[in-house]
Amino acid sequence: MSHAEVILIIKLNNRDFPWEEGLTIEKIMQIKKFTFPKIIVKVNGNHIEKEDYAETFVNDGDNVEIIHLLAGG
Amino acid sequence: MNIKNMKENHKLLAEYKYELGEIDKGYTNRTLYVNISDNTINSKPVTEMMKEKFVGGKGFGLWYLWNATTPTTRWDDSENEIIIAGGPACGITQYAGTGKSLVCSISPLTDIPIDSNVGGYFGPLLKFSGWDALEIQGKSDKDIIVYIDGNNGIVTIEEAPLEAYDAHILGEQLTEMFADNEEDKRNVAVVTAGTGAEHSRFGILNFTFYDQRRKTTRLKQAGRGGIGTVFRNKKLKALIVKFSNVKGDLNNTFEQSIINKTGIKYHKEIHDLDHLQNNMRKIGTANIIEVMDAYDLLPVMNFQYGSHPDTEKIKSTVFIEKYLTQGVQDGCWYGCSMACAKAADNFLLKTGPYKGHRVTVDGPEYENAAGLGANCAIFDPEAILELNFYCDTYGIDTISFGTATAFAMECYERGIINKEITEGLELNFGNFYSSVELLHQMSKGEGFGTVVGQGVNRMKKLFVEKYGANEEFLFDIGMEQKGLEYSEYGSKESLAQQGGYGLTNKGPQHDEAWLIFMDMVNNQIPTFEDKAEALHYYPMFRTWFGLYGFCKLPWNDIVPADNKYTDEPAKVPEHVQNYLDVVYGVTGRKLSVDDMIKESERVYNFQRIFNIRMGKGLRKDDRIPYRSMGPVTKEEYESRQERYDTQLREKIGYAPEGKTTEEKMAALREYRENQYEKLIDAVYKRRGWNSNGVPTLKHLKYLNLELPELMEVIKDLQ
Repeated sequence: MSHAEVILIIKLNNRDFPWEEGLTIEKIMQIKKFTFPKIIVKVNGNHIEKEDYAETFVNDGDNVEIIHLLAGG
Repeated sequence: MNIKNMKENHKLLAEYKYELGEIDKGYTNRTLYVNISDNTINSKPVTEMMKEKFVGGKGFGLWYLWNATTPTTRWDDSENEIIIAGGPACGITQYAGTGKSLVCSISPLTDIPIDSNVGGYFGPLLKFSGWDALEIQGKSDKDIIVYIDGNNGIVTIEEAPLEAYDAHILGEQLTEMFADNEEDKRNVAVVTAGTGAEHSRFGILNFTFYDQRRKTTRLKQAGRGGIGTVFRNKKLKALIVKFSNVKGDLNNTFEQSIINKTGIKYHKEIHDLDHLQNNMRKIGTANIIEVMDAYDLLPVMNFQYGSHPDTEKIKSTVFIEKYLTQGVQDGCWYGCSMACAKAADNFLLKTGPYKGHRVTVDGPEYENAAGLGANCAIFDPEAILELNFYCDTYGIDTISFGTATAFAMECYERGIINKEITEGLELNFGNFYSSVELLHQMSKGEGFGTVVGQGVNRMKKLFVEKYGANEEFLFDIGMEQKGLEYSEYGSKESLAQQGGYGLTNKGPQHDEAWLIFMDMVNNQIPTFEDKAEALHYYPMFRTWFGLYGFCKLPWNDIVPADNKYTDEPAKVPEHVQNYLDVVYGVTGRKLSVDDMIKESERVYNFQRIFNIRMGKGLRKDDRIPYRSMGPVTKEEYESRQERYDTQLREKIGYAPEGKTTEEKMAALREYRENQYEKLIDAVYKRRGWNSNGVPTLKHLKYLNLELPELMEVIKDLQ
């Protein structure tokens, strides 16, 4: 396998998600169009506050949870 | 309006005097029974058995309905009832969302019991007037009103020939008629339907509350299942209750300080956090229009798609900035700091009998914007508000109307029906004028509007039998189950939500469980057992609101700041405890979460057995249309081809390369339908039901619900 074909991944809500250089929580939110306001974010079990989304870099192999709280009705 | 003349033309048919009495820990311990066939009015005791097994609210409604009807009773039979009951917590003013009533009847859409919850002042004022529930049976041959004078202890049945029928006028007329003066109007609450409720099967009940700042009667709706249709079939024009001394302590609670303390804590949360979370105080439930679009969950063109570029035109900020009046108290009962009952004032109507009138439109709720708008591809905020207004005043359910119209539009676009059949209406997606014309026709009882007003289930049969439509295709795209139209969320990508809709008692309404984020986005319930646990807990938890008189919205449309650090944030544990504390404060009953779930389970299983008695409620009745599970048409598949191809590859091990769309759709369908069957198995097991969906005798024993009449229904189905 050539280097170019290696895909690095993180876990996002226990599903594979492609990692890229400079990936932040904010960028994941943009890619996934996560716009719901009541969201809980954890990286490897540690809570990340909203004001830190842009500065929180995600590394290859990290376990990211972006939990949307139930709504509707 | 000449109110004096209207009142003078009332003919008294019956009068009943009663002792006002006192409420004891949330209960009046009696029910007002009114028979409008023979004009008898009685007081019935609320028994300890009723309180123990059914609590109140929906529990009382279903119990009375069970005793009033037989397996052959249909919605328009005289013995069918309409029961309105608030529940023991109904009417407290210290916690948010405590003015709800539950309304039960046999539904014209489903032929089984329907329950619908509603705000407004009627439920609390009914209780303060001395009644835990109002039970109406019989049919009148003339238009009548029932008036409960809770100040003087008098109930009357009166012929009322001259008043209007449409809700926004009738509510004003009767409020004016029964209030002593402007200040007194808030002490009068009215229940009405509307002209459209007479000519469709999805009529609603409008519950008023008087808005002292706007100086108008506002309307909240018991919307699902056609109870307004039953109401008009009984020739009921209105129910009115008057009670003039609302205070915060009328429930004579067990320990008021607990309720006060819990309420203060909650109100602070709303004040500090609402603008950072769902913005309920500014926009109400419509805050999620653009959210649903972003997650591909907004129903577009009869649930074919989940998003549309034009959603931008109807996003919540459009309504906030251009239409909804801000800065006024919009609670539908005293003390509700969430205050989400938004309204557009001075809205100019463009069509129909009230064209040119400037009116107050209650809403839009999310369901209205999604159903009347996106699902019919009408991306115009003023069109949505006008449809919303006419639905309400004509007494038509916005959800059933939206879903039924979307279905008719798809049938029209696909050539299943044509302009000849629609009597000239061009029912293309996006055609607001045709959509609103359907409503005007329902109001007048003429044209194709009366066909759409029969609902999706009956339209399907008609289109097959009369116009030769393909039955299987219509089953796939007709978004109804048990006869009730789907509410407005796309469930294709969430198996749990397919169950959240399909494994309900009354039909596909999301008020039992909304699990899409937990399942599809969060991936928190990956196994069948996980999904089954969620489809047990949430429906039972949410049933509980309807037993006590609570509104669901304050539970999780705002959450405490530290909720995220709890073990199960989705359940909002602090708010669950708040409810248990409030109920303890009101009734003196100290409940655990397990007790709470068990209370709901009793009523939930009772309703399931009631369905079985009426001929529905088995596994075959929990089948759902494929449109709610996956792509029915090539266009749907190909619009999200990458998603579906990936799932074929990763979940089924099916290589999509070189396959036609039809082949891929068939493989996906087989997989998804099989998943749904496995889900049913898991959920039935968790709920204590057998593989046919029948509660087991063992489970009834566990619930202490071994009533002989229930055992009789299920003993041969074990």
